[in-house]
Amino acid sequence: MTIDPVVTAERKLADLPPTPAVWCSGLRKRYRKQTAVDDVSFTVGRGEVLGLLGPNGAGKTSVIKILLGLVRPDAGEVLLLGRPGTDPQARTRVGYLPELFRYQPWLSAAEVLALHVRLAGAAVPAREQRESLALVGLADRAGDRVGGFSKGMQQRLGLAVALVARPELVLLDEPTSALDPIGRADVRDLLLSLKERRVAVLLNSHLIGEVERVCDRVVILDKGRVAASGTLAELLGQRELRLRLDEVSPPAEARLAAAGHLTRSGDSYTVTLPADQSATMVPDLVAELVHLGVRVHAVEPARISLEERLLDILRAGTGGDHR
Amino acid sequence: MIARTVLTLAVLTLQEALRRRVLRSLVVMTAVLLSLSAWGFYRLDSEFGTLTTGEARIAASTVLNLVMFGLSLIAALGTAFLAGPTLAGEIESGIALAVMTRPVRRSAVLLGKWLGLVAFGSGFVVVAGLGQLLIVRITVGYWPPQPATGLALLAAQTTVLLTLGLLLSTVISPMASGIVAVGLFGATWIAGVVGMVGEAFGNEGMAGVGTVSRMLLPTDGLWRGAMHAFQHPALSQFPAFEDSPFLSVAPLTATYLAWAALWVAVVLGLAALAFQRRDL
Repeated sequence: MTIDPVVTAERKLADLPPTPAVWCSGLRKRYRKQTAVDDVSFTVGRGEVLGLLGPNGAGKTSVIKILLGLVRPDAGEVLLLGRPGTDPQARTRVGYLPELFRYQPWLSAAEVLALHVRLAGAAVPAREQRESLALVGLADRAGDRVGGFSKGMQQRLGLAVALVARPELVLLDEPTSALDPIGRADVRDLLLSLKERRVAVLLNSHLIGEVERVCDRVVILDKGRVAASGTLAELLGQRELRLRLDEVSPPAEARLAAAGHLTRSGDSYTVTLPADQSATMVPDLVAELVHLGVRVHAVEPARISLEERLLDILRAGTGGDHR
Repeated sequence: MIARTVLTLAVLTLQEALRRRVLRSLVVMTAVLLSLSAWGFYRLDSEFGTLTTGEARIAASTVLNLVMFGLSLIAALGTAFLAGPTLAGEIESGIALAVMTRPVRRSAVLLGKWLGLVAFGSGFVVVAGLGQLLIVRITVGYWPPQPATGLALLAAQTTVLLTLGLLLSTVISPMASGIVAVGLFGATWIAGVVGMVGEAFGNEGMAGVGTVSRMLLPTDGLWRGAMHAFQHPALSQFPAFEDSPFLSVAPLTATYLAWAALWVAVVLGLAALAFQRRDL
């Protein structure tokens, strides 16, 4: 029996895990003397929702523009859905909502969608295009000229444009910047439905709550560099234990320090606990402290929010060390 | 794939030209010029009733070139101010961002826009020019010797200018690109007149100015070719008319036409290169 080498090669290829939705490595970009992006690398898996966080001017929009080929990086490589970013075909199944969203004011909303479907080379029937408009709440404005749309409506249209050509990867740059609270909730639902349909999403947003609720993983950029990255569990897995104590002897303090990173101000002690703590750890610690003669006034477990964690990372970054 | 992008963008650009205010102002300006000229030609015919038929034709042919110059100026202004915003304006406003992230090559987008603009500019020149020729025919009974060639050369002149406008708009702001393009257009025309005066007085230096400017920006040369196609053949026999800016003694050479085509291709290529390298 002979084995066809082509068939085995194909089978081997098919057995390989699918290429990530985004893969980028060593991205660098300088604008004159200003370094906007400095050695940024990360991946977004298929069907994964990645949040891009960071202060203003951290380079988030520049990174997104480099990924999409709008900006030429000085160094680094990009693969979108397995194809090199320099090949326009890599963007066939990619949707994008720019931070600066403007659409041809002389076209109607439906015509803008039809234009993007044609440019994407996708065969999306008119009914499905109307559904995209309905999804963002513009069903009854399909025939109106975009020139008469408010900012919020243009951003909704932008979302429809990003989603209309059946993308496998969607890049959203501040998708809720012009939306009212209802619009923001709509976008959150939209993101969750994309996640369900295994569409990969790269989300740049200032609204940390938004990111915390929908993202699987987060990349934090600061001054053009990756300051931290990981799953939400990795970044937020840490818990704190706030204690108010009296008569803390040196052995008791050593016991506290052994439980986790210890900070003290007056009689309040804060212990940052590792992510993999056991369920009995807190009662054990309190029992031992009592045994060591410590008087325990209050014990309060707390969870670190993404916001606190982000501020921590960024403040640590200003101290000089980025990781 | 590339052909589809080019075609889609060409149609989009035409649609933009038809729906924006540029078209309305073009229509108004053209209507004013055409009706003024209709009135003028009508007066020419009744006031100068004593002219012989030949004299009347020569007069009509001279005035026709003058009006056609006005028409080419409108076409130049219209397309230059359309070519600028269509690229630079879209980059500035952000409209380009969503379009350029589709699986399209930037050069294909540029070519599509150029094609749309050429179709629009040529369409305008042909419709308005033909209207003017018909007015002259009805009022004074003059019909130019080569109307099709003349209109084609006018369309070519518009194409040259809008290609320049497109190149400029890839590097400078939308308004500035329109102004610079129209300014260069005017400067070449004046340089052309200087060149003619130089030729008439046998001053080689001055004549050289016209020749060089006609090579650098072929609008004036093409315009002279168009004039030659519109004017009465008898006119070039009068040496007295030689230095008139609204008459042309000789038709265009094939070499010059080839140069103009090459010029358009090179400038369009440069525009594609500049656009390709630009960060959006």
